[in-house]
Amino acid sequence: MTGGQKKTGTYITGRDGMAVVKLDSGYNIGVDPDSCTFIERPVPASPKKTPLIPDRSLPDLAIVSTGGTIASRIDYRTGSVTSQVDAGDILTAIPELAKVANYRTTSLSTILSENMTPSIWQDLARAVYDEIKSGVAGVIITHGTDTMAYSASALSFMLETPVPVVFVGSQRSADRPSSDNAMNAVCAASAATSDLGEVAVVMHATTNDDRCAIHRGTRVRKMHTSRRDAFRSIGIDPIGFVDYPSRTVTLGSMAVRRGIKKLALHENLEEHCGLVQFYPGMSPGILDAFCGYRGLVIAGTGLGHTSTDLIPSLRSLIDGGTIVVMTSQCMNGRVCDRVYDTGRDLLNAGVIEGGDMLPEVALVKMMWVLGNEKDPKRAGVLMQKNLVGECNRRSAHGL
Amino acid sequence: MDYKKTGLVAGIEIHQQLDTDEKLFCHCPTLLRDTAGHSGEFFRYLRATESEMGEIDRAAQAEMKRDRKFQYYTYDTTCLVENDEEPPAPLNAEALAVCLTIAKMFSMTPVPQVHTMRKLVIDGSNTSGFQRTALVAVHGALPNGGQIETICLEEEAAQRVKDDTFSLDRLGIPLIEITTSPCMHTPEEVQQVAEHIGMVLRSTGKVKRGIGTIRQDVNISIAGGARVEIKGVQELDLIAEVVRREMQRQQNLLAIRDELVQRNASVDPGTRVDVTGLFKETKSSILKKAKRIEAVKLSGFAGLVGREIQPDRRLGSEISDYAKVCGVGGIFHTDELPAYGITADEVAHLRQHMNAGEKDCVVIIAGANEKQAGCAVNQVLMRAKMALGDHPVPEETRKMLESGSTAYMRPLPGAARMYPETDVLPVIIDDARWNALSVPELLAAKTQRYAQEYEIDQNYAAQLASSEKLPLFERAVREGIKPRLAAFSILSTTTELRREGVKVQDISDDAYLGIWHAVEKGRAAKEAVPDLLRSVASGTALEDAIAKLAPAVSREDLEGIVKKIIADRSDFVRQKQKAALGPLMGVVMAEVRGSVDGKVVSEILKKEIERVLAKGK
Repeated sequence: MTGGQKKTGTYITGRDGMAVVKLDSGYNIGVDPDSCTFIERPVPASPKKTPLIPDRSLPDLAIVSTGGTIASRIDYRTGSVTSQVDAGDILTAIPELAKVANYRTTSLSTILSENMTPSIWQDLARAVYDEIKSGVAGVIITHGTDTMAYSASALSFMLETPVPVVFVGSQRSADRPSSDNAMNAVCAASAATSDLGEVAVVMHATTNDDRCAIHRGTRVRKMHTSRRDAFRSIGIDPIGFVDYPSRTVTLGSMAVRRGIKKLALHENLEEHCGLVQFYPGMSPGILDAFCGYRGLVIAGTGLGHTSTDLIPSLRSLIDGGTIVVMTSQCMNGRVCDRVYDTGRDLLNAGVIEGGDMLPEVALVKMMWVLGNEKDPKRAGVLMQKNLVGECNRRSAHGL
Repeated sequence: MDYKKTGLVAGIEIHQQLDTDEKLFCHCPTLLRDTAGHSGEFFRYLRATESEMGEIDRAAQAEMKRDRKFQYYTYDTTCLVENDEEPPAPLNAEALAVCLTIAKMFSMTPVPQVHTMRKLVIDGSNTSGFQRTALVAVHGALPNGGQIETICLEEEAAQRVKDDTFSLDRLGIPLIEITTSPCMHTPEEVQQVAEHIGMVLRSTGKVKRGIGTIRQDVNISIAGGARVEIKGVQELDLIAEVVRREMQRQQNLLAIRDELVQRNASVDPGTRVDVTGLFKETKSSILKKAKRIEAVKLSGFAGLVGREIQPDRRLGSEISDYAKVCGVGGIFHTDELPAYGITADEVAHLRQHMNAGEKDCVVIIAGANEKQAGCAVNQVLMRAKMALGDHPVPEETRKMLESGSTAYMRPLPGAARMYPETDVLPVIIDDARWNALSVPELLAAKTQRYAQEYEIDQNYAAQLASSEKLPLFERAVREGIKPRLAAFSILSTTTELRREGVKVQDISDDAYLGIWHAVEKGRAAKEAVPDLLRSVASGTALEDAIAKLAPAVSREDLEGIVKKIIADRSDFVRQKQKAALGPLMGVVMAEVRGSVDGKVVSEILKKEIERVLAKGK
């Protein structure tokens, strides 16, 4: 250190040209690497794992882990939080889970959800399909929250499931005593053993640790960057709730029940699809980048508009074989391109109204529809048809 | 007492809130609020987590014995960061600068790169379950030849409202923690060092003042004893007493151990018995309420569990504190029975049931259920076993009770409670940053300077230097106000007014300055200052107060004016005799431009005329 001070500590890592050293007091400091002298290599503490004794009176669940905050801990390379924990670690960290079910765990990936891709959605759908086929009562998927709604939506389309398939994550990292991971995981496990029979997201319903909401996979959206209760059902009420700590599951009347659907996997996806948000003054040239794409979702303004300037470019995209679906950046409410002239011009150009679908759900659906239906006309019809609760025929909910 | 013989070694930790504009990791103001004004509430559970080394801290584990559900109050001056609903903002640069300045004042060495850590605290006082803290500098010098080991910049914890309810206004206020080496050997020395550090802190002018803004923790051990950390000594005057009492406690625990060993005492978990049935008919309200009552026999402990080790504290109190960790209200032991509604018969019956002899002590544990009682029994056995072992003084964090005695809080935390705060980037402290910091004048030096330069009495100067109004005084002097005028108003006048019940805290610095400037310019008399302050404190605008109250001419000045006018017109006075009063009134009033009460002018004039006439005779 500077000033001739000597301190002993544990060398943790080198970062940005500094040596990060943990002093005996537990504090970390950064020092010039040249000022460090090697003393000895400490024996690393062996990770403790609690051996799990299965309780035959409880149902069996599968946990498929994909990474994310629920399974995150410090990465000494960057000093920030990354996903390095597998499903087994989650059980060790949240012993309360053992009261709900027996688990078997599969680690599909350890990525932060911004690095998720459609091909990983397919891997995920296959892994969940295999678990259900092997007879589990439900599946929990741990997932980063950033793109959890996309993945939930993707699985909603790819997988017909008789049992609950529950996505869960946490907004506050698992390495903090206040993390929402434990309560979310326990509620997710409870939902996964419940009478539910569809793909859902289970996360905090309020900022309190009092209950989790069960959201339909195709109607859920992350509406806050950091709050625990960031996930909201858009256009519909949550399809259920799980109270904490009682773990009581209450399902709404619209929730699809266990056993209604037969297990099936339709894993094809067409990745050449895009999503673009319109903004005032947007250059028509931007749309040219989507030339050759099989589909494009537009998050338009209000009832579903772009500027008149964009219409010729849209027309030429559609004429070139690209399906264009209009959604609204309002998030809430239904697209209607029959009210204003611009809307009618868009319809005339061949743009398809996306109903009350969320823009990102429309994109995922488009990938799935085009992956399974080659005829653009029939694909267009499917885009407007409610398949798994993504389109509501009635606008009941309002804001 | 010969402290050298006892092997007393003590160190202190001083926690001082900084007076910055914003909190340490968010942009909320550092304002304390009335809890009645809270705008919202929420609740959370906290769980112990592993450190990055894969260990769970022992202090955190002790806290985990209880259900950790906590309620929080929010305000319109708190945000999502306090709620643990948003990542922290970067480390507050103003707070870091104050912290580094203080480090420089103690001739410390800054760390090259500051890393913010999370110190695990799951007692609910932090919504996140940890307190953010960063080691900023090491190795400073104290006047007693001792050392300051470290200075850390931390966030203040939330204030406990009641039980498990906390108020978030205080959470996140920057706090510096100064830790000395165990370099003190008498209780008085500990107090002196604390006073010195406090003086240095106040010299920056950037620390918060008032009750609760500074807290001292004291680390104490004696030969054969153990390091004990006593938290939250708020009054400086109590520090020496706390140290004395802790020495006493450790010495008595050592003596009890020696006696236990001599008696061949033992602690056997096998003596544990469910005695719920035994107290079915009891009149003791506590036992009546309990769903599960257990007892353990401490062989050879009779008389020692009830022996006082500190004023109002017994070995039994220590054992009881350990049991309380499990949520029970406390314990009973036969050294203190019969009492608390437990009869002599019941005690005799219990002793018989437990097969306890005269030399044995029986401890009764009443729990709300089997689990709670079982947890408490284990704690009782653990603490009793310590009393007769090689280390009869356990390493502990203790809290101060009102008188200066202490009670057990939790085991001393280890390094495993520290985890890197991954959401805050490290900050480099390079030479340029360090050299740019200027060191403020110490209050001790200021006292000397005021006494000499401003000819203010030494005691007065010292009071002024440590006054919360010091910045006002310095501003007044800079603006050309006579130092003695400002000093007198700040120290004497406001004290008198406060005793009268005047709300002097409502008087703004600008109002003080306005009044002093009015005096300096002759728009108000010196004598009017108390009236003006009183008036301003009651809500009158400064200019209105001056217009209404300020005699622009002081009585002294007025007497001078009158004397001069009479001297100039001595012939007229002698001629007109007392009738000169009328015409002269007009002359005086013209001179003072009507800003003096006519009654006062007439009174002085009358007296002076009579004096001149008397002289003539």
